[in-house]
Amino acid sequence: MNARTGILGAGLLLIERDLRLAFRRPSQVFNPLVFFLVVTTLFPLSLSPLPSQLRDIAPGVLWVAALLSSLLALEALLKSDAEDGTLEQMVLSGQPVVVLVAAKTAAHWLVGGLPLVIISPVAAMSLGVTPAAMWVTAEGLLMGTLTLSFLGSVGAALTIGVRRSSVLLSLLVLPLAMPMLIFGARATDLAIAGEAASGPLYLLGALLVFTATLAPFAAAAAVRIGIE
Amino acid sequence: MLTAENVHLWRGDRHVLKGVGFSLSPGELLHVSGPNGTGKTTLLRVVCGLAQPEEGIVRWRGESITALGSSFFEDIGYIAHDAGLKGDLTARENLSFAARLRCVVTAAEIEAVLAALNVAECADIPARALSAGQRRRVALGRLLLSQAALWILDEPLTNLDTAGAALVLDLIARHVGTGGLALVAAHGELATRGGRTARLELA
Amino acid sequence: MWIWFHKLGSPPHFYRIAGRMTPWFAWIGGILIAAGVVGGLVFAPPDYQQGDGFRILYVHAPSAWMSLFTYIVMALAAAIGLVWRMKVAHAVAASCAPIGAAFTACALVTGAVWGQKMWGTWWVWDARLTSELILLFLYFGYMALRSAYDDQQRADRASAILALVGVVNVPIIHYSVVWWNTLHQAASVSKMARPSIAPEMLVPLILMFFGFNILFGAVLLTRVRGEVLLRERSADWIRAVLSKS
Repeated sequence: MNARTGILGAGLLLIERDLRLAFRRPSQVFNPLVFFLVVTTLFPLSLSPLPSQLRDIAPGVLWVAALLSSLLALEALLKSDAEDGTLEQMVLSGQPVVVLVAAKTAAHWLVGGLPLVIISPVAAMSLGVTPAAMWVTAEGLLMGTLTLSFLGSVGAALTIGVRRSSVLLSLLVLPLAMPMLIFGARATDLAIAGEAASGPLYLLGALLVFTATLAPFAAAAAVRIGIE
Repeated sequence: MLTAENVHLWRGDRHVLKGVGFSLSPGELLHVSGPNGTGKTTLLRVVCGLAQPEEGIVRWRGESITALGSSFFEDIGYIAHDAGLKGDLTARENLSFAARLRCVVTAAEIEAVLAALNVAECADIPARALSAGQRRRVALGRLLLSQAALWILDEPLTNLDTAGAALVLDLIARHVGTGGLALVAAHGELATRGGRTARLELA
Repeated sequence: MWIWFHKLGSPPHFYRIAGRMTPWFAWIGGILIAAGVVGGLVFAPPDYQQGDGFRILYVHAPSAWMSLFTYIVMALAAAIGLVWRMKVAHAVAASCAPIGAAFTACALVTGAVWGQKMWGTWWVWDARLTSELILLFLYFGYMALRSAYDDQQRADRASAILALVGVVNVPIIHYSVVWWNTLHQAASVSKMARPSIAPEMLVPLILMFFGFNILFGAVLLTRVRGEVLLRERSADWIRAVLSKS
């Protein structure tokens, strides 16, 4: 008998597999990013191109756009694996489902959330956000998108058996994501005004730690229900 | 070593499994048969531990599989209706991932299994481009590499040509012949190659 | 004590006991609410700041409290259903959701009416109303998830996890909304402030709180009995019950 693969090894193996799959379908990675930029453009078009007014709405626009484009990509977290039977095979491998779910969430964020954080200064700049504030926004989005990935993993796991679940998924995840939205937008707001944004950023961090520790357990329970 | 006692399962109002019981020892194959819709897949999934019965108990080596948890999973290999392969990954990548998730496997072992299953030539083709027979064989490779004692196969011969079916039956026979257990659901006949075979007919 | 608990989990037993308890809950709750209404509308003096407009508090405050209480009951029932695999517990959770949503909507509507009377706008984004709105979304999400599944068992268990995730998040959502609200406080300080409480004002309020709670019990038990009938429709004991009545 060969030696059993450890938990960490299993997690890394799964992350590597998901990254490999993501690179074979680059459009799935780019589409949410383009969506983010497009949504950001909608607001100057529908409101006003005046820099002073844009700076007022910039925090809200950036965070809502990031939220919506992250939601778009969430359905793909578990759906494909559930449909071709690989999800149940992973559960049957005997590795803890919590680790499997956490690994998939991490991979999902690396593919979706991290590029969004990297590209956020571009969107921020188009809305007249100052460089210092851009940095704060990126920091906030780093924590926010990661929190959203974990929250989303629970929603995705709960809707495994549901066809065309993207709207339901958004309906479930959005109310839970509102605290993150409040703190993140506030951080950007403070930074634009030139004040210290550490308060909201710490709150975002606390939210991230809370979600990241608890969400995988809820998601794992939901996965087990979903593959019955 | 595998026993099921009085397993009942309802799906909503439908009484799918009505007090199913059986016993399977090493070196034996149990052919679960019955028309479509009689609960063959459901029974297999209950034995896997994926579905929970309302009543009854499944035991592996004397202990309930719910109590055993993940250590039971280490002893089984399951192939569902779909082969459980990712369409965008090649056969080799699929096999490598599935095997490595369970235990440490060398590249040489993977190549050996691919060759033994006659899929070495298509090892670098994405799984969605493979035929049903080739996909089924790659899935079996997963079982071979995992060295699982109990094989649980759901309709392993559907969509296979005669050569493919023969290969699958050969592998099952070899597994059972070396002391393994096999639980196979098939609604038709199963041309087994000797060895001890029992049959469970689900009404 | 555990025996009683597990007996309650048996659908026919629960159906009988709930049927016997419901009239008591309904009458006591109804009387308390009637007393509260009379006390609140007639005997309580008008508030020196808000005049007679504050009286809507007698419906608004209990509704808001019940909307939260119902969610907690729902989450508790969901947890029991998950851990003990009890169908009756899942039926209780399923029945709570529409009731909780109704209480939340009631709180929102009475809040809006109050806002219109006091400050001329039909909606204000103050902390409490916004929290209630998000709670309403949580209820809708729960009911949407339930209806998305055809298989009753999966609907029960998936929505149970959602209820538990929700109940953990409710305090977080509430406090983040309060925090958000204090940041953007315009001229209005504590828009939904309770008026300075005189005893004649307080007693009807307490009566309403208890009355709502107990009436909720009656409504919940009735709904659960209906839910149990629906779920067990093919069981034998149903026929015995229906042939008796």
